[in-house]
Amino acid sequence: MTENFLYMLAPIMNGKIFLILLLGTLFGLILGVLPGLGPTTGGALILPFTMTLEPLSAIILLTSIYCAGTYGGAITAILINTPGTPAAAATCLDGYPLAQKGEAARALGMATFGSAFGGIFSVIVLVLFAPILANIAYEFGQPEYFALAIFGLTMLASIGEGSPVKNLLAGAFGILLSTVGKDIMTSVDRFTFGVGQLTEGIGFIPVVVGLFAISEMLVQSTLTNQIFKRVAMKAVKLPTKEDFKYCFKTILRSSGIGSFIGILPAEGGTVASLIGYSEAKRWSKNPSKFGKGAIDGIAGAETANNSATGGAMVPTLALGIPGSATTAVILTGMIIHGLRPGPDLFKEQPEFLYGIFGSMFFANILFFIMGFFGAKLFARITLIPSRLLWPMIFVLSVCGTYSLNQSFSDVLLMIIFGVIGFVLRKFGFSVVPIIIGLILGQLVELTLRQSLVIFDGNYLLFFTRPIVVTFFVLSVIALSFPYLKKNKQK
Amino acid sequence: MNKVKVLKKGRFNAALFSLNPEFLLLLFIYLFCIATYTSSLYFDEVPPILMRGIQPATFPKGLIVLIAFLNSILTYLYFTTKTASNKNLPRIFYKTIFGLFVFVFVSHFIDLFLALIIFSFLISYWWGEKNILLILSLSIIFPIVVFVLFEVVLGLRFPSGILTNLYYN
Repeated sequence: MTENFLYMLAPIMNGKIFLILLLGTLFGLILGVLPGLGPTTGGALILPFTMTLEPLSAIILLTSIYCAGTYGGAITAILINTPGTPAAAATCLDGYPLAQKGEAARALGMATFGSAFGGIFSVIVLVLFAPILANIAYEFGQPEYFALAIFGLTMLASIGEGSPVKNLLAGAFGILLSTVGKDIMTSVDRFTFGVGQLTEGIGFIPVVVGLFAISEMLVQSTLTNQIFKRVAMKAVKLPTKEDFKYCFKTILRSSGIGSFIGILPAEGGTVASLIGYSEAKRWSKNPSKFGKGAIDGIAGAETANNSATGGAMVPTLALGIPGSATTAVILTGMIIHGLRPGPDLFKEQPEFLYGIFGSMFFANILFFIMGFFGAKLFARITLIPSRLLWPMIFVLSVCGTYSLNQSFSDVLLMIIFGVIGFVLRKFGFSVVPIIIGLILGQLVELTLRQSLVIFDGNYLLFFTRPIVVTFFVLSVIALSFPYLKKNKQK
Repeated sequence: MNKVKVLKKGRFNAALFSLNPEFLLLLFIYLFCIATYTSSLYFDEVPPILMRGIQPATFPKGLIVLIAFLNSILTYLYFTTKTASNKNLPRIFYKTIFGLFVFVFVSHFIDLFLALIIFSFLISYWWGEKNILLILSLSIIFPIVVFVLFEVVLGLRFPSGILTNLYYN
């Protein structure tokens, strides 16, 4: 116990790691502020650069970007009515109206406090629940892992962004991508079409950078005539005693909601903030003020999206199932560093895991300080025109993707996936399920085949295992949830 | 009920005669499924003792069937639900796509570094920046900084080309 606590302090005890944490938080804030970037795209961009770092430093860099980037989105949501990240969309609803009333500093103060509180709350949840979940998962055999991965994928349909069918289709496409290359069990070539580079399979980095960064560049090319109007602000104000008293229950509630939503596989800050916001409205003493500048609306949304960060890391670290889009990128980072998250990691490398927990805790404190003193400065970053910013991001994407295998085919693949991502997004598909499918693909196939070996090819034997049946039932519920919800609304 | 019928009819006609992009995407997905399924028929088979549960082609085949099934649901929804039509893409988007082609061509046949400079310049210009001096300096300086960072700090060697060779020699 004491040992684990000391591991958590590693990020501030070690100068190099602390510097990485500081840089990650700063970089995350900048990415969060810039509309169209955010922690997912930013994480994807930084992923190739992490190869030069040690695994712990690399993952700390990614997690600090995750924490700070999720908060950074609130700054633009409040000051220019454009969410810096999708998770800050609900913050616009009350943040901007409040800023227009001349209370931008108060709105930002509440967003900063709520985000930091939610983030720290979720780290506590992470520290408490991840080891418990890992212990449970230690008892899992191949059939249970297969059922768990299926559950994670079906969750894409239930409360993920976009149409459930489109999300499932994108997830299946992601799994299909994972089958390209030599079959891991028999070494038979699949979908390689005689191309030598494809025998190793499709790399994560070109797909992740292409789907997030390049497709976003193409999206931005359709928005070049957008004009941002920034609301003036002097300095961030901490919530007053009255605001604090008025919003504290909302902050607590949203912390719980965000952490819970985060723990559910494939969900993340966006869903959490929408639920946090609507619950804040439902329980508010003045629901009529929502949409016109309600301070508890900001608290509800911002606390929930940041508390989803720690929650989303629970299934990511304990089971290897990403809890959100950004954790899918973090998971990719762990895989390319040779780490396989899951119960074994808790037993074999506790210093690594508790180092991550500690870094997330301190990232929340750091972005609170940076946000409190520097929100005005960060808001100025939005003034960088996209016509200058995106060519630079393209240069970074190309060099980063090339650097991994020093192969131009990876750059080509990145561009192809950028175009695919754009087309899919244009028609209402989310690209996140493709990444999650690609990450989980191997796990799904491997565990299915190993289970069939155990069951001697009898599929029905899956239903003789209680945990498998439980996950299958949960999968059916997850699949039918959107339709049940729709019928209930009717 | 009548309203639904009218929508159905209108949508169906539009799809047939105006080649709606959404409909084209659905068709493309079907074609993708046919192509990949056909390709999976040519995967090598392994003897039962080595196949580890299922043949290497079985899992991808199952996925392709699933994708086709989900696409058929989307096709059904396309014909029965009224959705907002997609707006035409602005010219800048097509210019950006053209810029990507230019980038691929120049980087493959001439020089990656030069391709980055040209792409950065073109995108900044096409996206509306008219200060030529600013975009020229940015599109040269930034790739140099990144190039040096990767070369010196990360020890990366970029592919040979006109400008890159000048640096390496």
